[in-house]
Amino acid sequence: MEDKQADAAKTVRKLLLVVALMFGFGFAMVPLYDVICDITGLNGKTAGQYTPAGELVANKERVIKIQFLTSNNAGMPWEFRPAKRVLEVHPGEMNQIDFFARNPAEETMTAQAIPSVTPFYASRYLHKTECFCFDQQQLASGEAIDMPMRFIIDSQIPDDITTLTLSYTLFDITDQLDKQLAAN
Amino acid sequence: MDRAKQFGWLVALSLLIFSSTAGADWSAINMREGVTEISRQVYELHMIIFAICVVIGILVFGTMIVSMLMHRKSIGAKPASYHDNTRVEILWTIIPIIILVAMAIPATTTLNAMYDSGEPDIDIEVRGFQWKWQYTYLSDDPTQEVKFMSSLLTPADEIYNRQNKREQYLLDVDNPLVIPINKRVRFLVTSQDVIHSFWVPDFAIKKDAIPGFVHETWAVVEEPGIYRGQCAELCGKDHGFMPIVVRAVEQDQYDAWIEEKRAEAEAVYEIVGKEWTMDELMAEGERVYLRTCATCHQANGQGIPPAFPSLVGQGISVGPMDAHIDIVLNGKSGTAMQAFSAQLNAAELAAVITYERNAWGNNVGDMIQPREINEMSGGQ
Amino acid sequence: MSAVIEEHHHDDHHHGPDKGIMRWVLTTNHKDIGTLYLWFSFTMFLIGGMMALVIRSELFQPGLQIVEPEFFNQMTTMHGLVMVFGAVMPAFVGLANWLVPMMIGAPDMALPRMNNYSFWILPFAFAMMLSTLFMEGGGPNFGWTFYAPLSTDYAPPSVTFFIFAIHLAGISSIMGSINVIVTILNLRAPGMTLMKMPLFVWTWLITAYLLIAVMPVLAGVVTMMLMDIHFGTAFFNAGGGGDPVLFQHIFWFFGHPEVYIMILPAFGVVSAIIPTFARKRLFGYASMVYATASIAFLSFIVWAHHMFTVGIPIAGELYFMYATMLIAVPTGVKVFNWVATMWQGAMTFETPMLFAIAFVILFTIGGFSGLMLAIVPADFQYHDTYFVVAHFHYVLVPGSVFSIMAAVYYWLPKWTGNMYDETLGKTHFWLSFIGVNLTFFPQHFTGLAGMPRRIPDYALQFADYNMISSVGAFLFGFSQLLFLFIVIKTIRGGKKATERVWEGAHGLEWTIPSPPPYHTFSTPPKNMEEAHG
Repeated sequence: MEDKQADAAKTVRKLLLVVALMFGFGFAMVPLYDVICDITGLNGKTAGQYTPAGELVANKERVIKIQFLTSNNAGMPWEFRPAKRVLEVHPGEMNQIDFFARNPAEETMTAQAIPSVTPFYASRYLHKTECFCFDQQQLASGEAIDMPMRFIIDSQIPDDITTLTLSYTLFDITDQLDKQLAAN
Repeated sequence: MDRAKQFGWLVALSLLIFSSTAGADWSAINMREGVTEISRQVYELHMIIFAICVVIGILVFGTMIVSMLMHRKSIGAKPASYHDNTRVEILWTIIPIIILVAMAIPATTTLNAMYDSGEPDIDIEVRGFQWKWQYTYLSDDPTQEVKFMSSLLTPADEIYNRQNKREQYLLDVDNPLVIPINKRVRFLVTSQDVIHSFWVPDFAIKKDAIPGFVHETWAVVEEPGIYRGQCAELCGKDHGFMPIVVRAVEQDQYDAWIEEKRAEAEAVYEIVGKEWTMDELMAEGERVYLRTCATCHQANGQGIPPAFPSLVGQGISVGPMDAHIDIVLNGKSGTAMQAFSAQLNAAELAAVITYERNAWGNNVGDMIQPREINEMSGGQ
Repeated sequence: MSAVIEEHHHDDHHHGPDKGIMRWVLTTNHKDIGTLYLWFSFTMFLIGGMMALVIRSELFQPGLQIVEPEFFNQMTTMHGLVMVFGAVMPAFVGLANWLVPMMIGAPDMALPRMNNYSFWILPFAFAMMLSTLFMEGGGPNFGWTFYAPLSTDYAPPSVTFFIFAIHLAGISSIMGSINVIVTILNLRAPGMTLMKMPLFVWTWLITAYLLIAVMPVLAGVVTMMLMDIHFGTAFFNAGGGGDPVLFQHIFWFFGHPEVYIMILPAFGVVSAIIPTFARKRLFGYASMVYATASIAFLSFIVWAHHMFTVGIPIAGELYFMYATMLIAVPTGVKVFNWVATMWQGAMTFETPMLFAIAFVILFTIGGFSGLMLAIVPADFQYHDTYFVVAHFHYVLVPGSVFSIMAAVYYWLPKWTGNMYDETLGKTHFWLSFIGVNLTFFPQHFTGLAGMPRRIPDYALQFADYNMISSVGAFLFGFSQLLFLFIVIKTIRGGKKATERVWEGAHGLEWTIPSPPPYHTFSTPPKNMEEAHG
C-alpha cells in the first residue's frame, strides 16, 4: 500500500510538471510564431532594419512595381498617406519614399505603423534600411511630419513576383502606453 | 411491427423526400457553381468528395442495416465468437488511405490554381468596418482613385417586420462593388477594427479581413450579373447585416461607371464649398444619420446604453460644438465610436452633426458648414 | 499529497454515506462525486439548451422578432461555452468517476479530496460565467472561440469575469484528469494489465492526457487576453507588435484536442455498449486502442484547419489539409470495428443500444462532413457557414450527447439498482433521434446555400430550412424533460436490477451488486477474465 501511495504521488508530480510546461508552452508559442512568421512571411510581416552586406548591384533588366497603401485603424484620426501610390524599381537598388502624417486631434497622440506585404512570400525580398515603422511616432496637436522609408528589393526575388503591395496601418497606441505605465 | 409494413413506410417516406426535392431548385440546398473557373473547380471537387462520402456511407450503413435485420436475437441469431481478423483490419486501414490520396490530388490542383499569382488588371482594396465595407479602386494616380462605403440597404422597418420584406432582404447595399468581366480583379482584404471575412460564394473566395494585415485574393468573373455574399466572421452586433454585393459588367459599362464615380467625387467637392441652410443640413443630416449612425445610436437617438450612449438631451450632442465635432471626426478610442472623417465627406459630416444637435428635441440651435469641417480635417 | 491519498485506503467498510446536504458538500466518494458531476452536467445541458432555444426561436423566421442582435450574440457564445465546458466535459468526468474505479477494481479514485475540490470549483465557475449575462454591457458576445480583437479591445467589461470563469473551469478539468490518470496508472487491481482494461478506461486515460496537455494552453491564452485588456500588453493587437491571428493559433492548439476530449470517451462508451447487446466481444480491441491513441496524437498537429481562410501560405494549407484527412483513417477503423462487432452477433435493441447505433451512424455523418471541411478549396466555401454548424453539432449532439445518454441508460440500473422504463426510454430515443436530425440535417443545406453562422437574421431563401430546424430543436429540447422524468422515476423505484443487469454485459462493474455498496473493491477482485467488455 505504501508503495502505491508513493507511486501515486510520483505520478501526480510528473503530471503537474506537464501542466506547468504546457502553460509555458502557450506563452512560448508567441516567439515561436514570430519565428515562423519571419521564415514564411506569414501575414506579410516584414523583417526589422536591414544592413546591406556589400555593394548594391541593381538588376536593370527587371522592374518591380511596388504599391503603397496606408490606412488608419479604428479611432485613429491622423492624416496618413504616401507621397506616391506606386514606385517602379529595379531589384538591388536603394529606393526612398516619404509618408506624410498629421495629427488633427486636439491632444498629443502616439502612433505605431504596422507594415504588411502581399503576396506574403514576397515579404522576405523586401529589405528596409530605414522605416518610420521601426519606431513609435508622437505628434502634438496639429503637428505634421514627412517620414522617409528606404528600402531595397532583393535581387533574388522570384520571377513570378511582378507587383508587390506594402500596406501600413496606423494604430493609436496612446491608451496602450498609458496602461503600460499604470501597470508598471 | 410487421416487417412489410415498416418497409412500406420507409419507401413512402423516401419517395416523399425525393419528390419534394426533385422539382426544386438545387441552389437552395447545394453549393453554387459560381461564375469563375475556380468556383467551378471547387464545386466539382465538392461534388466528387460528397459522392465518395455517399458511397462509403451506403456501404457502411447498409452493412449495419443488414446486420441489424439478420443478426437479431429475436429471429434466433447465435453470436459468432471471433473478435479480430488482422487481414481485414489491415485492409480497412489501407483502402481509406488510397481513397484519401485520390481526394487529395484534385484538391491540391485546385488549391494551386487559387494561389496562382498572376498580374492583376484591377486592384481593389476591401476594408471591413463594423458593420460595412469600404472599397477603394487603386490607381497609380491617387487623384484618380475611387473610394466609397457600401452598407446595408434593407430598412429597419423590414428587419423589425413592420414592412414586407423585399426579395433581396439583407442582401442589398447602397453602393455595390462594380467590376468588369473577364478581367483579373485582385482584392486586397483588410480591416479597420475587428476580424471580418470577405466572402462572395459565386467567386469561391473567402478571405479574412484582419486589422493591420493585408491579404489578397482574386477572381476572373465570366458572366455579367449581380453576385451577393455576406461577412463570414463574427464581428460584433451587426455581423449579420453587412452584405457584399458585386455587380459584374462589360468593360465599357465599367469604364462609364468609374467615370461617373469620379465625377461624383468632383461634385462633392463643389457641394462642400457652398453655403448650406439649416433645412438642407437637417434633411441631409437625417439621411446620413439613419444610414450611418442609427445602427448603434438608434433612429430615435436613444442608443443602447452603456455601449452606445443616448444622444438625446445629454452628452456631447447638447454640449460644446467643438467636442462634438472632435468625436464624430476622430472617434473615441476604446469604444465602438469610429473616426468618421475617414468614412463621410465634409458635407455629410456637417449635416449629421447639425442634425444630432437639433433633432429629437435637442434644439441646440447651432449649425456648422461643410466648408468649416473641411478646414478642420485638413482639407482633402 | 500523501495525506490525501491515505484517506481512502483506511476507509471503514461499514461506513455508509453521511446524511443531509453535507454528504454532498464534503464527499470524497467517487460514486457521490460522479453523481454530482452528472447532475451538474444535466443542469448545464438544460441551461445551454434554453439558450439554444432562444437562438432557434429568433431564427424561426427571417426578421428580428424576439431578441436584439447583441443578446443573440451573447446567447450563441454562452450556449457554446456552457455546452462544451459545462455539459459535455463534466458529464464525461462524472462517468469516469462512477465507472473507472469499478472497471479497474479500485476502491475509489486515487485522490479523493482533490476529486471533491475539482467538482465544487465548477458551480462557482459557471455561476460567475452566467452572472455576466446580468452585468452592464452584457455577457460575452464574441463567440465561444472568442477571437481577438473582438474579445479584447472590443469586448464588454464582463470579459474579465469570463476569463476567470474559464480559468476555474480549466483548473477543475486539470485536477479531474490528474485524478483519472493517477487512478488508472496506480490503482488497477492485480492482473488488470493495460491491455485488459475496458476501452472506456483506455479512452479516458488518453483523454486525460489530452486535457493535461491543452487546458494549460487555454489558461495561457486567456491570461494573455487578460494582460492585453488590463496591462497594456499587445499579444493580439497588431498596433503593439502582436497579431490577432496568433490568438487563433493558440486557441486552436487547445481547441482541436478539445474536440477529441469531447468524443474519445464517447468512443469508449459505445465500445462497451455494442458488444453487450450484440452478445459478441468487441472486434479489434487492440486496434481500437491504437486508433484512439493515433487520433489523440493527430489532434495536436491539425489545428490550423479551423483557420484556412486567415491567409496561410500554400505549403501550410496543404500540410494541414493532408494531416486532417489522415484522421479519417483511425476514425474509420473505429467505425468498421463497431460494425464488425455487430456483424453476426445476436442483437437486441434496448435503449442504450439504440442510442449507440444512432451514435455510430450520425457520428459517421458528422465525420463525412468533417472530411469535406478538410478539403481546403471547398472549405473556403464551407467555412463559417451553417455547414460547419451542422458538422460539429452532428459530432457533438448525436455524437457525444447521445453517447452520454446511452451510458446513463446502460449503467443507470447498476447505479440505482432499478431498471428504467424501457418503453419510455425508447420513446425518449425516438423523439431525440427525430429531433436531432430535424434540427441539424437541414443546416447542411442552408450552409451550402450560403448562410453564414452566428447571424440573428437571414435572407429569405434560407427561411424554409430554418423553420424546420427550429421545430426540430424544440422537439429535441423538450424530449429531454422526458429523460429527466425517466431518470428520476428510476432512482425512486422500478423493477430490481440484477448484478449482471444485461445478459451480454462483461466487466468488473457487473460482478458487484446493483446498486453497488458505498465502498466497492476494498479488497481487489480476483477474476480478471471478467475484465473485457
